[in-house]
Amino acid sequence: MTNHWVDIKNADLIFVMGGNPAEAHPCGFKWAIEAKKNRKAKLVVVDPRFNRTASVADYYAPIRPGSDIAFLGGVINYLLSNDKIHHDYVKAYTNASFLINDGFNLDDGIFTGYNDEKRSYDKATWSYQMGEDGFAKVDETLQNPRCAFQLLKAHYSRYTPDMVQKVCGTPKEAFLKVCEYIAETAAPNKTMTNLYALGWTEHSVGSQNIRCMAIIQLLLGNMGMAGGGINALRGHANVQGITDFALYAQNLPGYLAVPSDAEPDLKTFLDKKTPKMLRPGQMNYGQNLPKWYISLHKAWWGDAANKDNGFAYDFMPKLAGASDVLSIFDQMYQGKINGFLCQGFNPLASVANKKKVGDALAKLKWMVVMDPLATDTSEFWKPHGEFNDVKPEEIPTEVFRLPTTLFAETSGSFTNSGRVIQWRWKAADGPGDAKDDTEIMASLFLKLKEMYAKDGGAFAEPIQKLTWAYRIPNKPSPEELMMEFNGKALADVVDPKDPTKVLVKAGEQLPSFAMLRDDGSTTCGNWIYCGVWSQAGNNSARRDNSDPSGLGQTLNWGFAWPVNRRILYNRASADLSGKAWDPKRTVLKWLGDKWGGNDVPDMRPDAAPDQNVMPFIMTGEGVGRLFSLGLMNEGPFPEHYEPFESPLDNNPMHPKNPKARANPAARVYKGDMEAFGTAKDFPYVATTYRLTEHFHYWTKQSRVNAIMQPEQFVEIGEELAKEKGIAIGDKVKVRSNRGFIKAVAVVTKRIKALDVDGKKVHTIGIPIHYGFKGATKPGYITNTLTPFVGDANTQTPEYKAFLVNIEKA
Amino acid sequence: MNMNRRQFFKVCSAGLSGSSIALMGFSPTAAQAEVRTFKLARATETRNICPYCSVSCGVLIYSTGDKSKNSQAEIIHIEGDPDNPVNRGTLCPKGAGLRDMVQSANRLKWPEVREAGTNEWKKISWMEAFDRIAKHMKTDRDANFVAQNKDGVTVNRWTSTAFLASSAAPNEAGYLTVKTIRAMGMTSIDTQARI
Repeated sequence: MTNHWVDIKNADLIFVMGGNPAEAHPCGFKWAIEAKKNRKAKLVVVDPRFNRTASVADYYAPIRPGSDIAFLGGVINYLLSNDKIHHDYVKAYTNASFLINDGFNLDDGIFTGYNDEKRSYDKATWSYQMGEDGFAKVDETLQNPRCAFQLLKAHYSRYTPDMVQKVCGTPKEAFLKVCEYIAETAAPNKTMTNLYALGWTEHSVGSQNIRCMAIIQLLLGNMGMAGGGINALRGHANVQGITDFALYAQNLPGYLAVPSDAEPDLKTFLDKKTPKMLRPGQMNYGQNLPKWYISLHKAWWGDAANKDNGFAYDFMPKLAGASDVLSIFDQMYQGKINGFLCQGFNPLASVANKKKVGDALAKLKWMVVMDPLATDTSEFWKPHGEFNDVKPEEIPTEVFRLPTTLFAETSGSFTNSGRVIQWRWKAADGPGDAKDDTEIMASLFLKLKEMYAKDGGAFAEPIQKLTWAYRIPNKPSPEELMMEFNGKALADVVDPKDPTKVLVKAGEQLPSFAMLRDDGSTTCGNWIYCGVWSQAGNNSARRDNSDPSGLGQTLNWGFAWPVNRRILYNRASADLSGKAWDPKRTVLKWLGDKWGGNDVPDMRPDAAPDQNVMPFIMTGEGVGRLFSLGLMNEGPFPEHYEPFESPLDNNPMHPKNPKARANPAARVYKGDMEAFGTAKDFPYVATTYRLTEHFHYWTKQSRVNAIMQPEQFVEIGEELAKEKGIAIGDKVKVRSNRGFIKAVAVVTKRIKALDVDGKKVHTIGIPIHYGFKGATKPGYITNTLTPFVGDANTQTPEYKAFLVNIEKA
Repeated sequence: MNMNRRQFFKVCSAGLSGSSIALMGFSPTAAQAEVRTFKLARATETRNICPYCSVSCGVLIYSTGDKSKNSQAEIIHIEGDPDNPVNRGTLCPKGAGLRDMVQSANRLKWPEVREAGTNEWKKISWMEAFDRIAKHMKTDRDANFVAQNKDGVTVNRWTSTAFLASSAAPNEAGYLTVKTIRAMGMTSIDTQARI
């Protein structure tokens, strides 16, 4: 979230698309209801199902799964052609005026630079025109046909209300009504908040769905405002924190770049990854990368990381290409992975195409499951009747299952979706011999270290030299770990403007990442968390919930990253002169000598408005990007592509170009393309969803949740039920090209057939929560059905739009 | 009045017994009878966070015992934390079942192994588990560690063992995990957060 949960109460319009917070995030959704009650805010929902969020909405519009970009592109077109944008904001705070490379173009759905064999783009032309002064060229009149604003206008002019109806199946009147609601928030003192979840991300175009909303929020001037922003309603209670700590290959903690083969030494790496200034006088805060990166190496390798060895640059493994769940399971499937450690994760249930995942696990030599519960994954080799029909004697994988503690049995911090880090205290021991994840990781690491010390082996130095100053070596405490990733000064940190002034004394915890240095005198395990454990102690454990501004900022409750800032880009909540666009909801204002107000400024505190330092400080140009340069893999402007399994034969926006049917930059592995089904055999669209009573594949292990929703079902509309002769309560078989599941049919009025491109399209809703282990009735795993293809940027699988057939079982 | 939730319960129950005794004409000091107190008043209260969705609702966990060294705490009740500014004491149907999650019949209690090709779990000690797993890791790492790529660039990576990380683990466990597996050279890493 750029904003936070309580801030939803400050909105004038709550626009929910790609999420269903009334059921998936009920206690956060309370703040949408507060906004409706206290501010007379409106709630608008766009979703394939008339879900419980829709049931309390002021307006609901249906949409075909996987057509969100067509809908949102239509909204962009509506705002631009009806002049419903926040002009001053767009002109000053976005890259609307920036001139784009003359070579950039879109030709029948494909952008410049496409290589269809590699399914990827050469992004050289997706760039600004650069002036002789080394800065990007701009046209402040916004009239130049090559400026981002004019290109945006031309790009989305094709997304007319008729086209939206044709692609999305949303009646034109309903679409226009939604546009009217959204357009009202173009007024400088009106804000829309946008709430989305996996309904946007779990598509082959997931990231571009969100990019559309980023463009809309910039055009409306809603970024940085109280009650505005782009707000991802995320998964687990610490999914934000684990993302921040980069438990994935492409980043290091704090979203730092990872060295690759193209950067053989530290200098090359830092030169290449440190962003350049694109407009004069901007903060370009990313230029501090060397301080963050070197402080990470100092936190991990201490004295072994020094100036002479490039701060142990070679201790960090270089990126080996794609490494996301889909690519990991594909490599496993091909026999390229021998061992697998699985920590609190149930991939047999939660990754696409259960058959492929199960077959991949069967090719491992060994697997280690660390979990509080007996998961489906841990028993992938065990026959569970028709739900897991396997032969153990044919599966040579050695499987270890290690019991871990649950939330109530450990202390430590969680970071919520609004980036607020909150400390939790342990209430009881885990059952039996269960151990904390930290003790298991520490014990395995120390065992390995001992073996290398004794027997030697491949490059053991990074293991031997890893800092390990924990009081009990096999049980690092959460307090020690938080202090470590916060970071400390190894030598006195002095003011760069006045070296006689000591800002932080040697040995002290750092108060903020502004104190980090690139000379090896500071440590920090995650720069964005710097400040969470300062000299003042554990700031994540603060529990003062007072809210003097009335905006719900609660600045003394926990600690938000970065530097306890609650609303990102908050400089954009004030106009160029520093006055709040809406004085009733002031987040930030210029006080004459510094920025102040009701949040930690997202701006250099003494940057006077007339210095024209722009609010998006992490970009080299200081402004928000309508045109995203080369940052997205399928293009700088979102374009509608069909899901890989679509009920339509072609993309209605590019009917004659098969290359532009589905996302041209999405990665498809050998064998997976062949496993896609077509509308001829699988005529119905399926979309997976979550229930109020269950959380992923987890609460099926909890008795009371199992009592509330005991059994797998699928939801179909009345019209389809009649066509297929299916009555409520009948057992049905749902098939995709990858397998089948059996479940109980629930027939509702909530999913209606839509008229799409002259064709009637039915959608089937499939809850995900069931499996063969748990307190619920044993059932099939929903991901037996889903396709093994993901978003071209994140590789998040396309769970929300695929094809199935249905019949009475 | 400045008091925490537990003190509030104590005062309420004390006030109730005192006033009803006085009402019946007994002298409070001579009374032997006692009105049953609210049972959570004697439980230990611990602040924690619901592990399910990313609203990360504050919860109060009530357990038996006083956390002294030789007392075994048992969790008897979990409810929303009214002080938490986001959930303000509420819990949804998922979180309302938290105690049954903690006490799920499927909780794992000891390390186990399923030997290759067999159809059963076998209980093992932690020492055996760590020993066998670390040996597997070392064997695979030593056999497949790539020190340099084909162009002679130092890459120091180990791709043939994969790690998938939980997004329900606390930040501190996530940090220790990333620190140790990167130091081993692992690059086949991903998290549940992606999906």
